[in-house]
Amino acid sequence: MTSTAVSSFDEMIDAEGQVRPAYAGYREWYDAQDKRWLDKQGKTAEDAFRRTGITFNVYGQDAGAERLIPFDMVPRIIAADEWKKLSVGIEQRVRALNAFLHDLYHKREIVKAGKFPERLLTHNDAFLKEMVGFTPPGGVYTHIVGIDLVRTGPDDFMVLEDNARTPSGVSYMLENRETMMAMFPDLFSKVHVQPVSDYPRSLARSLAACAPPAAKGSDRPVLAVLTPGIYNSAYYEHAFLADQMGAELVESGDLRVVDGRVCMRTTRGWKAIDVIYRRVDDEFLDPLTYNPHSLLGVPGIMDVYRAGGVTIANAPGTGIADDKAIYSFMPEIVEFYTGEKPLLKNVPTWRCSEPDSLAYVLEHLPELVVKEVHGSGGYGMLIGPTSSKAEIAAFDKKLRAKPDNYIAQPTLSLSTVPIFTKSGLAPRHVDLRPFVLVSPDGINITPGGLTRVALKKGSLVVNSSQGGGTKDSWVLAD
Amino acid sequence: MLGRSAWGIFWMARYWERAENTARLLDAGFRIALTRGNTAASDEWRSVLVTLGLDEDFAAQGQDYTGYAITNWILRGNGNPGSVLAMIEGARTNARMVRTAITREVWEATNESWILLKDLLAKPVKEADLGSVLNVIRRQATLVRGALDGTMLRNDIFNFALIGSHLERADNTARILDVKYHVLLPSVAWVGSRLDNAQWEMVLRSVAGERAFRWLNAGALDPKGIAQFLILDGRFPRSLAYCQRKLTSNMEWLCRDYGQETAAYLMQREASEKLARTSINDIFDFGLHEFITEFLATNRLIAEAIAADYRFTE
Repeated sequence: MTSTAVSSFDEMIDAEGQVRPAYAGYREWYDAQDKRWLDKQGKTAEDAFRRTGITFNVYGQDAGAERLIPFDMVPRIIAADEWKKLSVGIEQRVRALNAFLHDLYHKREIVKAGKFPERLLTHNDAFLKEMVGFTPPGGVYTHIVGIDLVRTGPDDFMVLEDNARTPSGVSYMLENRETMMAMFPDLFSKVHVQPVSDYPRSLARSLAACAPPAAKGSDRPVLAVLTPGIYNSAYYEHAFLADQMGAELVESGDLRVVDGRVCMRTTRGWKAIDVIYRRVDDEFLDPLTYNPHSLLGVPGIMDVYRAGGVTIANAPGTGIADDKAIYSFMPEIVEFYTGEKPLLKNVPTWRCSEPDSLAYVLEHLPELVVKEVHGSGGYGMLIGPTSSKAEIAAFDKKLRAKPDNYIAQPTLSLSTVPIFTKSGLAPRHVDLRPFVLVSPDGINITPGGLTRVALKKGSLVVNSSQGGGTKDSWVLAD
Repeated sequence: MLGRSAWGIFWMARYWERAENTARLLDAGFRIALTRGNTAASDEWRSVLVTLGLDEDFAAQGQDYTGYAITNWILRGNGNPGSVLAMIEGARTNARMVRTAITREVWEATNESWILLKDLLAKPVKEADLGSVLNVIRRQATLVRGALDGTMLRNDIFNFALIGSHLERADNTARILDVKYHVLLPSVAWVGSRLDNAQWEMVLRSVAGERAFRWLNAGALDPKGIAQFLILDGRFPRSLAYCQRKLTSNMEWLCRDYGQETAAYLMQREASEKLARTSINDIFDFGLHEFITEFLATNRLIAEAIAADYRFTE
């Protein structure tokens, strides 16, 4: 894997060994710091995270254990003009995603135009027939989107994945910034960074703007965050967002349908909720409609939803847009709905369902990344260049048995950003997940997002479930 | 607020109160063990187990009644759901569940305490370290109480926390009295058996009342005075009378705020008024043990009524 590091684009240092302009202020500050003091600050930050309880729960082997996501104190810095370009591309893509979802559940013009194969919808669990012909309040499907970007060169940002279902990680974006400001206040007076702290307020506003007809135009609709509970891996984030928005944090046990509204059990009785920001997957939402064994959902919520009694964010059935086979059509999708050329590139993708592509992929497995179309979290994938012959052979079999289930992409040489190590700064691969809010009033993108970093030298896997860490992500002020 | 949040904050407060009281009880037992012979010490540890309602569980797992075995079982016993560690974990789990109902200060104080004590109680506690471990438990409980008092909005959430604390505290003081009632009975003194100063001191120490009692009584110790102090002296924050008064006023606050008089409040007010009319002689005439038994039962019924009135669960 070290071979990939050689040709990677480093975001701090250029090919001549010079510090790039965006990092100049930071680097000057860094060079003046006592490195032993910095090291100590790193440990202080870790203690602070632990005390605050910013942990994620681990499933499987250490079930129930709470872990910290490692935090690296060197910021990932994006110049103001780079960000402007990026955000126009992100906005275009998110607009297209919402239009695409509306079309899929209504007239399917894109299918009729021959730009998108209908077969990707049939037998796809993420496509919900209950949503056909229904328009969510405010016409918004994806209230919150996380667009995973990778960078391979100065102007080469590509979308690796769209997260339209229930993107997580925004609490890390916010807490990382708080931690950095607490640790290095002088750094922030030296380098001017666009703030991220408005996110919870924007989220609350954006959710309130999508209140259902039953809220009767109330200027303070009742918001609630629906969590699977304290043992969920992202519970900290659910509690954090509810707290920051001043919304109730509810579990399914608190909810019940009463008189055509979804209500929560309060100490004063049942109280109707207007907008539910759910952090529970579609299939668990309504045991009457979907998984009858679900203890996470609310029986009858889908009926209330379709009758205009509640808004569910993100709308049920948006997960279809996360499908990696559908992802491969995003360039066509963006062009079809916006009439513009896509500003953000897709990573070249081979659909293994197509015989020619499959043949190519099978022949080139050692150099490709192969992913399950419905997978996420870095599980169930093959990274050719780091896999043993035996692993590749095993994957070859799985691929031949069920080609429809996979897509393949070239192994990208992700950009690197330095992390702080005992022996100084060292480059590590990163990605970026900006968070996008959609409301009938427009699209709001928080400057920056969550930078995930592979802490192991040469590693390309940034997922927190597999040893990745996070960084504060800066967009410089104009 | 959510019924589940009220439930969570109520139990967070109860668990903290119980953890703290257990530490005090252990501290008192430890002192007796240091100042008395082995037999007396072993009897004392047994009575600590009885007070906590853990005697049967302890007997079932077959260890000897040594101070070391008993203190460790109570502090961190594997499979002991009533251990101090389990209480702190319970407080922390509930705090985590109601994270949005408590301030960052309350949450961090609780979370930090859990991190600290999980570590301190990871291995058996040696006799030499017992004092300092008990100290840490008391100190962390004080920290959480301070955070609650100093940072929480005075709303229904805060009142549910106070109701939890005082219900639990009244229960704990009553249990201590119940296990020790025989040493407080006037007949024992009248019969002229050797006055057991150490036993009385133990009772006072386990509710952090020895200093206050000495101060009020110029150093004199007498069983009736102690019983009167722990049950009826409204100035002492761990007395039954004090807890009753706080419970009544916090529950009254809720009724006013919600504009609804609840069954739990009416029960509480009646119990409180009844206690106010009672003298220590009435209690001894009725029977101290009988009085405590009745008190504990009423306390439990009020707790159940609160859970029902405020929809803690469905």
